[in-house]
Amino acid sequence: MIESHLPAYIALTFVLFSVLIPAFGLWRSELSHPIAVLGGGIAAGFSLFGFIDVINDGSIRYFFGGWEPPVGIEFVYDGLSAFFVLVINVVAFFVLIHSHHISKREFPGKEMPYYSLAMLMMLGFNGMIMTGDLFNLYVFLEIASLAGYALIAIGDRPAPYAAFRYLIIGTAGGTLYLLGVGFMYTVTGTLNIIDMAAMLPMLYESNAVFAALILMIVGIGVKAALFPMHGWLPDSYTYASSSSTALIAPIGTKVAAYILFRIILWLFGIEITDAVAPISYFVGVLACIGILYGSIMAIAQSEMKRMLAYSSISQIGYIIMGLSLANPWGFAGALLHVLNHAIMKACLFMISGQLRLKEGHSDISRFDDGYRKKYPWTMAYFTIAAISMIGLPPLAGFFSKWYLALGTIDNSNWLFLAVILISSLLNAVYFFRVLEKVYMMDPSKGQKEPTDAKRDEASASMLWPTGILAVSLIVIGFANAVIVGVLLDIFPM
Amino acid sequence: MLDFFFGHYAYWFVIILLCIGAYGILFKKNLIKKTIGLAILQISVVLYFVSIASKWDATVTVMDPDIPLDQVANYLNPLPHTLMLTAIVVGVATLGVAFTLLIAIYNRYETLDEEELIDKIQ
Repeated sequence: MIESHLPAYIALTFVLFSVLIPAFGLWRSELSHPIAVLGGGIAAGFSLFGFIDVINDGSIRYFFGGWEPPVGIEFVYDGLSAFFVLVINVVAFFVLIHSHHISKREFPGKEMPYYSLAMLMMLGFNGMIMTGDLFNLYVFLEIASLAGYALIAIGDRPAPYAAFRYLIIGTAGGTLYLLGVGFMYTVTGTLNIIDMAAMLPMLYESNAVFAALILMIVGIGVKAALFPMHGWLPDSYTYASSSSTALIAPIGTKVAAYILFRIILWLFGIEITDAVAPISYFVGVLACIGILYGSIMAIAQSEMKRMLAYSSISQIGYIIMGLSLANPWGFAGALLHVLNHAIMKACLFMISGQLRLKEGHSDISRFDDGYRKKYPWTMAYFTIAAISMIGLPPLAGFFSKWYLALGTIDNSNWLFLAVILISSLLNAVYFFRVLEKVYMMDPSKGQKEPTDAKRDEASASMLWPTGILAVSLIVIGFANAVIVGVLLDIFPM
Repeated sequence: MLDFFFGHYAYWFVIILLCIGAYGILFKKNLIKKTIGLAILQISVVLYFVSIASKWDATVTVMDPDIPLDQVANYLNPLPHTLMLTAIVVGVATLGVAFTLLIAIYNRYETLDEEELIDKIQ
């Protein structure tokens, strides 16, 4: 019984808690954090339960009010959406636990609106993933984006300007997506994704469909920070408060990438996508440029959050590249990379937040070898996440790149393979630079131990979520064959 | 040829609005003007949806005893209009957030000119 209503429960949990937090937060401000964690935990539990259910019993289609599509609207909870919902809700749960001390320090007294907005943003993201209707997708996109703009605007002094730039670019992207939906509606007369996908083979090589595809890819590409549309990302992630960044960075661009998966592989199908022009190859080339650009720019940064932001641009490129390959290995590699990158980026941004809390800055040039004495566990988790980011076995990051590489070999696409290899080396440059600062003795200081380094580890509510995410990278690395087996079943062709 | 222009005048109007909006977003230096450009861009898409639902010699979608249901083509398609009610609300909310951010920017930097703002941030 509960299974058939599960998609609605996940969305309603976030609606309920976005209202409960102000209700209790006005009474006792310190209650808002535990309530938000409870909400995130319930949603994560539902999505875990739902994922197992979908794997065992097949997908769930939830019709609102009992109206069957194309008249009614629906939530489609199939393998792909169950996987993404699971990833984002579990990661968000850990980030919410972690944000307790940071929110108290960085925006004291404003915890209640912060957590309420975070719940609304998660509602938007979950809705975008589960909805089976192109127009509802636009509405959920705007819910998530509006909450996201507000969350980014909480932070350093330039944060509102970064948020404003994101708002202008992001809303323009959303509007282009809506125009694309309008084109699709005029040629098919439906907004339901499954219904529309059944009609599209009759519209092979239609100009309107081609234009709609381009508009949708550009519009969603802005949200995914696909290469030429990435301009909003570095400033937003750098200036936003550490807990906002840790919440948005691992989740936001992944959800946009999910929409690209849904549009290109499910709605249009790879044949119609490539019917007029080789769109998928073109998107893949953009992703490649993004990978190299993000990695090179990350090397040039000295601020840790800005470095991680540029690295996000590069990592989203891997996911989109796996999509553009459109073969099972590339698909599985891309989805595995969604999981890995969400965990790695959440872990790394949480650590940058911890360092900002303890040191007051996260400037890599001012890191020294005292850090490994002061923060032994934090730095150990940083090392695990960084090595996974570079892609050394047996950590999780290696396997997603491995499957992506298998996908490129399957398509004999040597350009993409070369990009994966080069960018792994570039990743090594910018992460080993940090590890060198922390773990190697500074030769100019001679052999003496730093005197002021006393153990000053972050509190347990921050250390545990980071630790669990870091350890899960090792677990995913060893369990990769199982996960990829599940992911290959999701592949639509 | 002329028919191509005058026969589709609603769409040409939408295209012109879209271009004005995009021009405002891309080239105006004042952040308020950028926001206005964004509003024009959104409204152009709203007008596109409204114009695709228009139909000559058709009536509103309220059951009329003179037009039985087997002549369903004599009724308008209400869906694009209802969709646009939601899109207009989304647009208003976006403008609200945009102006809130502009107030925050102005309180911190006392300017809304993009070049001055970038100078002050660096």
